[in-house]
Amino acid sequence: MSIVTLRGLKKSFGTHEVLKGIDLDVEPGDLVCFIGRSGCGKSTLLRTLNGLEVLDEGTIDIAGHSLSRGSKSEPLDERFHRKAQDLRQHCGMVFQDFRLFPHMNLLENVVLAQTVGRKIPRDEAVAIAESLLGKVGLLAHKDKMPAQLSGGQSQRGAIARALALSPAVMLYDEPTSALDPELVDEVLAVMKALDQEGMTQLVVTHEMRFARDASDFVVYMEEGAIVEIAPPDVLFSSPKDDRTRQFLRKFL
Amino acid sequence: MIRPAPNRGFDGSANDFWKMIGLVFAALIGLTLLATVWSLSSREAGAAEPIRWAADTESGAPLVFQDPKNPGNIIGFEREVIEGAAKRLGRPATLVHNAWDGLIPGLARGNYDVIVNGLEITDERKKEIAFSDPYFITYEQLTVRKDESRIQSLEDCRGKKVGTLKFSLAQTILEKFGGIEIVTYEAEPTSYEDLKNGRTDAVLLDAPLAIYNAKPNPALKLVGAPVGRIEYGIGMKKSDTALLADLNRALGEMAKDGELRKIYERYALWNPLMAEKFGDKRPGTIDPPDMYEYFLNASHRERTWEDRAKLYVTFIPILAKGALTTLHISLFAMVLAVAFGLALALMRLYGPKPVSFAALLYIELIRGTPLLIQLFFIFYALPYAGLKLSPFVAAVLGLGLNYAAYEAENYRGGIAGVPKSQSEAGLALGLSHGQTIRHIVIPQALRIVIPPITNDFISLLKDSSLVSVITMVELTKLYGQLASTYYDFLGTGVLVAAFYLLLGLPFVRLARYVELRLTPGAVTETKPGFSKRILFRA
Repeated sequence: MSIVTLRGLKKSFGTHEVLKGIDLDVEPGDLVCFIGRSGCGKSTLLRTLNGLEVLDEGTIDIAGHSLSRGSKSEPLDERFHRKAQDLRQHCGMVFQDFRLFPHMNLLENVVLAQTVGRKIPRDEAVAIAESLLGKVGLLAHKDKMPAQLSGGQSQRGAIARALALSPAVMLYDEPTSALDPELVDEVLAVMKALDQEGMTQLVVTHEMRFARDASDFVVYMEEGAIVEIAPPDVLFSSPKDDRTRQFLRKFL
Repeated sequence: MIRPAPNRGFDGSANDFWKMIGLVFAALIGLTLLATVWSLSSREAGAAEPIRWAADTESGAPLVFQDPKNPGNIIGFEREVIEGAAKRLGRPATLVHNAWDGLIPGLARGNYDVIVNGLEITDERKKEIAFSDPYFITYEQLTVRKDESRIQSLEDCRGKKVGTLKFSLAQTILEKFGGIEIVTYEAEPTSYEDLKNGRTDAVLLDAPLAIYNAKPNPALKLVGAPVGRIEYGIGMKKSDTALLADLNRALGEMAKDGELRKIYERYALWNPLMAEKFGDKRPGTIDPPDMYEYFLNASHRERTWEDRAKLYVTFIPILAKGALTTLHISLFAMVLAVAFGLALALMRLYGPKPVSFAALLYIELIRGTPLLIQLFFIFYALPYAGLKLSPFVAAVLGLGLNYAAYEAENYRGGIAGVPKSQSEAGLALGLSHGQTIRHIVIPQALRIVIPPITNDFISLLKDSSLVSVITMVELTKLYGQLASTYYDFLGTGVLVAAFYLLLGLPFVRLARYVELRLTPGAVTETKPGFSKRILFRA
């Protein structure tokens, strides 16, 4: 039984079709890396998955929370927006540029969505936030403002913030691209630790080493379509498709 | 797309947004109701209904003016006349401050019962209001500079500049005479000041004003024969026939038993015209005229610096009171402006099309018309629609609703200044649009708008001087009153300016502090003798 199910997912910006009907199943606990050239649609796929971009057509189902649309001309009603919000409440999203809220300290960043969105009592939310910050190694920095944190610390904080919703799935949009090379590992270590705990994670990345070492499956995308899905040892050593091979040649 | 974008319909998940708007409006309505109840209840009277009489307390000696030795206390022969008359009717008299221009509109509004303020009885005015029998009769007096030799009469004024009061009988006389360039003033001290400084060649004004303001001035002299005849009457609504009869009876008694004559003698104003009219040709009984001398001694002597310093010390408590009124109005108005401005900005940015358009219309309408007109409109025009506000409420509403339009634009800029990636991060955390706006966008926008809002508050503090036109006695009004009583525009002006400066300063400091507090991760340093400053900003 898959935890993420995509069927015929389409998305276009103007006349440019970015996703050309994506089908995908992800099993619980898997860490799936999405690789491909810039503009291949992997980031859009992730953003469409939790409704930050509205799908044109197809079905998204994440742990029983679904969003579907018959065609682009179908009007978006209030019910649709509610469902999109519901979907987002069960996905944790981590952006390339961290996006911590600069006007509150790290602890409050992790508390906010719990108390405001989920109406969890504050002391309970604080306890959850502290335990998550402990998990990503930032408890000592909980009172700092985001501007006082390094890039690696910020991204780990952003992961803790996303985890506070106890999401069914974590989505990462190039989580290490904005980091100095020596800070990349501390973020990847957190993601690996989550994988150990059985968290389902979808990662858009240029970090081939991470994709090869840590993922259960790697998805290679090109021009809005999935070209090949395979376990990393298969995909990186003997890709079936010529296009995958060409792409990987540049990296390996 | 599910990002907040300007002018898009709001989806149902934005309950918070409407809750917020609702809250702001509830607060506004509450404030207005409270103020209305307050203004109504303050008008409830005791057993003997007082006669509320209006005068411009800047109109100066000898009509109605600040007691030179006891500033803050309003004296003048008109006060004695109306109090004497009221006493004969067994009623107290209470003074209502009102700008000269607005005396008749204020009467129509029901702000007071009668006008006792050198209001000449003219046919034109009789069309609008009722007049009592004259309580004072005088003539127009020409005044020129001491060294003036060309002008001896009105005839000589042809082709020259002559100053007088706005809407006065003297103005009509000058207009009918023809060939004279007329310069009109709000208050007579400034008209004589301009004459002294050579901005005009002569001043034609009611004799009492000339006797009090020009005669003691060594730079000026009175010339020529009396011009015209002026009768001052108590003005009231035409419908107040009972009050008219009462006042005429009281004035008649006062003329007959010599009370009026006594008042005028003490003010050095008794003249043959009145002796004729009141049928009282006995020689004067009071000499010297004590009130006249009191005024001259107190206000017209050359002051040493020490005298001035002492005088200014007496001004301080009066101006402090005025400053408090200014502050009071400004604070209330700013709270209104900040709250309503935010509501307007949210309506404009996130509301459905008609709401957004209404907000835009309001903002452009308010920003495109003068504040002064808006104040007049609220105070004098709304009563015709049945909405009568106290001067304080009208002042707060006028300033607050005006500044709300500017604050709305500030907020709009501030909200636009928060990166879209921030609201996206909020949405990604499963927050609704409303929650994202409230907890993520607005707090960050506030930081951006605090400096412009503080600037606006300081200019609001200064713009509050405009509310003196709707009868509020605040700093600027007091400046007019004190300066015209003491002929001291310079020193009093500096003092008033200092008060405005003192009022504004704390807010500048406060704003700097708040901005510092709201700057995330701001690293600050404190140098001895300097205020904290931001060294680094995220």
